[in-house]
Amino acid sequence: MDLFKYDFMIRALVGALIIGLAAPSLGIYLVQRRLSLIGDGIGHVALTGVGVGLLLNQSPVLTAVIVAAVGAVGVELIRERGRTSGDLALAMLFYGGVAGGVVLVGLSADSSNANLMEYLFGSLVTTSPQDIVVIGVLGAAVLTAMTALRPALFAISNDEEYARVSGLPVRTLNLLMAVTTAVTVTIAMRTVGLLLVSALMVVPVAAAQQVTRGFRTTMALAMTIGLIAAGAGVVVSAEADTAPGATTVILALAAFVAITVGSTIWRVLRRRAHPPREVEPPDVVLSA
Amino acid sequence: MSVVQVSRAAVGYDGREILHDISLTVPAGEVVAILGANGSGKSTLIRTILGLVPLGRGSIELWGQPLVRSRVAAGRSDGAQQRFRDWRRVGYVPQRLGAGSGVPATVGEVVASGRLARRGIFRPSGAADRAAVREALTAVGLLDRIGDPVATLSGGQQQRTLIARALAGKPDLLVLDEPTAGVDAASQEAFAAALGRFGADGGTILLVAHELGPLRPLIDRAVVVHEGRIAYEGAPPEPAGHHAEPGHDHVHPHAEEVRTGLCEWAPTDRMAAG
Repeated sequence: MDLFKYDFMIRALVGALIIGLAAPSLGIYLVQRRLSLIGDGIGHVALTGVGVGLLLNQSPVLTAVIVAAVGAVGVELIRERGRTSGDLALAMLFYGGVAGGVVLVGLSADSSNANLMEYLFGSLVTTSPQDIVVIGVLGAAVLTAMTALRPALFAISNDEEYARVSGLPVRTLNLLMAVTTAVTVTIAMRTVGLLLVSALMVVPVAAAQQVTRGFRTTMALAMTIGLIAAGAGVVVSAEADTAPGATTVILALAAFVAITVGSTIWRVLRRRAHPPREVEPPDVVLSA
Repeated sequence: MSVVQVSRAAVGYDGREILHDISLTVPAGEVVAILGANGSGKSTLIRTILGLVPLGRGSIELWGQPLVRSRVAAGRSDGAQQRFRDWRRVGYVPQRLGAGSGVPATVGEVVASGRLARRGIFRPSGAADRAAVREALTAVGLLDRIGDPVATLSGGQQQRTLIARALAGKPDLLVLDEPTAGVDAASQEAFAAALGRFGADGGTILLVAHELGPLRPLIDRAVVVHEGRIAYEGAPPEPAGHHAEPGHDHVHPHAEEVRTGLCEWAPTDRMAAG
């Protein structure tokens, strides 16, 4: 493929693949805790970090990680309190993040609409070699944490009170999840942009769980779908001259629709082939 | 040494006191049932013992170690009164499976969570963990469902999955919150059998119940909580009238929910209906 004779395309592909793999590995825990939209909110907050970076002539990725992490820890502390006003506090935090970001980007010397759009919707082909190193290191850290701590993170996401009674460091792990969310949002901002980042965390999980039976298999399939969607997104967007971030998200959604329709058809066909018994077996335990 | 020692405990939420001056001792090997109507504070009591609800006044000790370090103990440098940390000795069975979110999990995966307290969060699951999971599922009669998604199980089977999760950690104390509420008769029997074996092996059990049903023969001592105080302590009260019949479905026309009715042991002369 002559598409990949350019270095910037190879960098774009590598960056997309890392994020395609890492985002669902975190997203599955967020979906399990019904926090599917949290990535979106943290993305809003990260925009203020981008603004701070541009204003201070620092790396926007670095300042975005810091500001997003502070925001994510704040969200986690609000969630921990479990008060009904938490919902309103989150909304204010998120919109404050966007407004702050737009104002700060506008104030910076390098202010232009193109600059803002780059962070809101991604700008994969402008990924520099240094960016790839940052994405690679942080992506590997996210992947390692999310897969190595899977039993503990599963236990907390599944039943937080049980995890506390088990003596697990619930608070530490929750804060780790919050910081990991911030890191994933920030490194994915190059690929899909802050406004679509949550999709890459959540949509592959939604697609995978249509056909899986267990948590581990859901995680593996979601990461596979994320990887394929991100890789195909880069190739298709280059061929069709579309935005890579949005193309990746549309491909992931297409995978969701295809898997849902396919599994439904398969279930109907199987039911025709093996009609269920008239009477369900009673729920009885035979003593050994 | 007693397993659970509650001394003059008081607990409140948002300035409203729910438990007043509760004292309770559970010696090793005993099976204690905490009974009471809904809203009596019985669930709050065990949730406080588990550290899920902050203790207002008084003290709670597990195996002689305080749940919360008292101010006096905190000031001491010898560390004689270390806060209780040995949570692997406690197996908790909540009222129901955590809110399902759509991400599938197999029965085996949920039960394997019970091994974390023993194994720690960094060590991957080993052969001993897998053996313990299978053993616990065998004890509740669900080994054949180990690979099935928990969402496809009946309510009673899900409840048995939760007791298997607690048993997998091989605890010394089982704490159960309304283990038989809304559970079919067959699952209740399997539940009672698993608890009976745990008790026979020397395990201590503290359970909260609305109705004892098939668990009744296991209970050594009953504690009735009424309006945040212990109203009765002793042999399990005999069921009154038709409430004891197996076919009784416990529906009260004056109650909004099926389970908000008066209980078989409730001192009805002192309670306002509903």
